[in-house]
Amino acid sequence: MLSPKTLAAVARYKEKIEQDGLLAIEGIRKEFPGVVALDDVRLRVRPGTVHALMGENGAGKSTLMKIIAGIYQPDAGEIRLFGSPVTLKSPLDALEQGVAMIHQELALMNWMTVAENIWIRREPRNRYGLIDHARMAAVTRELFDRLNLSLDPIAQVSELTVAQKQMVEIARAMSYNSKILIMDEPTSALTEREVEHLFEIIRDLKAGGIGIVYITHKMNELFAIADEFTVFRDGRYVGTHAAKDVTRDDIIRMMVGREITDMFPKVDCPIGNVVLEAKNLTLKGVFHDISFTLRRGEILGLAGLVGSKRSNVAEALFGVVPAEAGQILIDGKPVIIDSPATAMKHGIAFLTEDRKETGCFLILDCLANIQSALITGAHVRAGFVDEKTVTRLAAEMAAKLRVKTPDLAEIVENLSGGNQQKLLIARWLLTKPRILILDEPTRGIDVGAKSEIHRLITGLAAEGVAVLMISSELPEVLGMSDRIMVMHEGHVAGFLDRGEANQVKIMDLAAR
Amino acid sequence: MTEAVVQSVQAVPKPTRRLPPELSILLVLIGISATFEILGWLVQGQSFLANPQRLSIMILQVSVVGIIAIGVTQIIISGGIDLSSGSIVGATAMISMSLAQVSTYSRAVYPALTDMPVIVPIVAGLLTGLLCGVVNGALIAYTRIPPFIATLGMMVTARGFAKWYTKGQPISFPTDSFAALGSKLTPVFIFLFVAVAMHVVLRYTRYGKFTYAIGANPQAARVTGINVERHIVKIYAVAGLLSALAGIVVAARGLTAQAGMGQMYELDAIAMAVIGGVSLSGGRGSVLGTTIGMIIFGVVVSGFTFLRIDAYYQEMIKGAIIVAAVVTDVHRQKKRQKKS
Repeated sequence: MLSPKTLAAVARYKEKIEQDGLLAIEGIRKEFPGVVALDDVRLRVRPGTVHALMGENGAGKSTLMKIIAGIYQPDAGEIRLFGSPVTLKSPLDALEQGVAMIHQELALMNWMTVAENIWIRREPRNRYGLIDHARMAAVTRELFDRLNLSLDPIAQVSELTVAQKQMVEIARAMSYNSKILIMDEPTSALTEREVEHLFEIIRDLKAGGIGIVYITHKMNELFAIADEFTVFRDGRYVGTHAAKDVTRDDIIRMMVGREITDMFPKVDCPIGNVVLEAKNLTLKGVFHDISFTLRRGEILGLAGLVGSKRSNVAEALFGVVPAEAGQILIDGKPVIIDSPATAMKHGIAFLTEDRKETGCFLILDCLANIQSALITGAHVRAGFVDEKTVTRLAAEMAAKLRVKTPDLAEIVENLSGGNQQKLLIARWLLTKPRILILDEPTRGIDVGAKSEIHRLITGLAAEGVAVLMISSELPEVLGMSDRIMVMHEGHVAGFLDRGEANQVKIMDLAAR
Repeated sequence: MTEAVVQSVQAVPKPTRRLPPELSILLVLIGISATFEILGWLVQGQSFLANPQRLSIMILQVSVVGIIAIGVTQIIISGGIDLSSGSIVGATAMISMSLAQVSTYSRAVYPALTDMPVIVPIVAGLLTGLLCGVVNGALIAYTRIPPFIATLGMMVTARGFAKWYTKGQPISFPTDSFAALGSKLTPVFIFLFVAVAMHVVLRYTRYGKFTYAIGANPQAARVTGINVERHIVKIYAVAGLLSALAGIVVAARGLTAQAGMGQMYELDAIAMAVIGGVSLSGGRGSVLGTTIGMIIFGVVVSGFTFLRIDAYYQEMIKGAIIVAAVVTDVHRQKKRQKKS
């Protein structure tokens, strides 16, 4: 029997959490040289709920999240955990106080086992002070049972899928008895089924009283999993609402502070001759018998689940990793595309999927990023770049695409994701492509920039550019495309015309 | 283009002048020089800087390695490293000297090839370096072995070649015109020429822009249409040429060539570049920075000699300075990553 004193303390504690939530943040301010990233921001996360953080890129979500995870220290304001004010000095400190973060780029040691990753620094030891691997596997198994995860504790992490790695991270967080879990775009690399599984785990965690801070750009996820959400705009708090009380348009309006009537403004435009034709493209073990045509002024959407090898087809068309068999015809003439340089000579441009890995030169300035493709083919005399012309063209294109940057000498990693993406599009538009391949053109960028990029793409189609657009967001594919090609595990599963296509039909082909 | 986009065309300002990153390195140079100047008056009772003879010796000492450092700078900017430059100096010194001997010397390496016009040893030397550089570059670009390993192989091979060439015997007695390449301040002028040329190349040519792009993100460079492999071969070829040039100057200046010439030059050259702010992770750095790094190197060595500090201490302190430069670079990167 507990003493009345203890009971009273427990009651007080419960009351505090009732009032304050697991995590309460007030008046947080964070400045970086030249920018106020957060100003008077607040957030309250109640136990057993998923709290979504919404906002355009640059709204301050990531900064706030890093403050909660102990990576940044706020310049002003208060953080209260379980009702008491705390300072979170480092990620480890935050972890030990009950706040864990699941990173967007998963932070695991690839060449170690699942169990080693979870218990690192806290490995169970035998009486000689050496690591007790058997017990470590056993406690890991217990942990997995508790969380309903089916993973092998002694599997090497490098052999896991992205979804499984994420599970490992969640398990690690739970092994610290974390009460608050921060998830930054956790579904960005998952398939539909994996997302469902993740949501099940999240619901289990909720039932266990965990509070989850969930950052996402995907509206349907918000409605599927979140209880409450808070919107930020330009580093300021806009509002907090229950997810069931609002509509998608309400949220978008809160985020951008302006109306977006049509997110996918595909305009009808005349569709011309076949510009690009692929015949039976095959890369053994990757994709097989890919055939399609692409016409002037047409947007061909390419849909498919993760693992459908859509990006590999795009890479083959652009000569990054050429196909082994099959034929590519441009204007009806067979061509051999063995490198990006040859693809560019044929008027092809390729916006890659991962702007950080294969797109931007992050440490170089905007000018260097915009001009790189252009100067491989033009405006160079005797090796010297015609700086004046190139700078003028770059500045014009950046302005036309509304790239937000102090000037062209700004280092690209200081720009937001949306602006980086616009910069990359500017790079390709300067080469005046006839065929534009876009791989996830709006992934991870804010709603405003997204809509601008959509408008830009249909504008280009109207000017006669043939567009092949890969996208994982079905509304985007449906809204933008004249025709949709659906891929399933390296094969063409079918084509859908604009008129007949809908989400169900696409998923039907993609999932089989 | 649809209306909304056209409507909002606003001017993105053209690049404005920002504080050059070389400024902080220049301040370090000024600080070190000032320290030696003060210590000079305190310890030796004379000025360190106001001594033209000391300064010219100092600049002569570093400009040969400086020529190599210019080549290494562009390699490091491209994300690579070159450990073979010192050995290429040795090999080129031997080859060029063997074709530059006077006929009055009875034991010339090639008695039939004495008193040749100066262009012959120069071209032969440069071709040696070019060949070494192309092999380095081709190995790195097409077999994808790390630059560290490829150039380590060349370092050992080229040194071995230099020793084999005359079975370890030094080669001496060059023609006057060959010797002139190393006499007086000629090495300094050669360095200046090389530095100015490379500065222009890195800043204003496609070659330079590709070099930075490859160093910043090789995958993105490839997708942007740059033939990364071919460019890497070019970069190492140019570095090989510059190492060879340094080798010719060293031989001419010493009036003799020995197989061991240029030992440790590769490390000194890398150190100059790193001290000058060239980032070992690629994509960042400049000829101006390396030049300042080179002068810092010279000032430190000459300053220690001036203060009569033992040569052993000099080396230890040199080592510490190099490590300090890399630590600064890493620290800068960290700060940058934290910000983004």
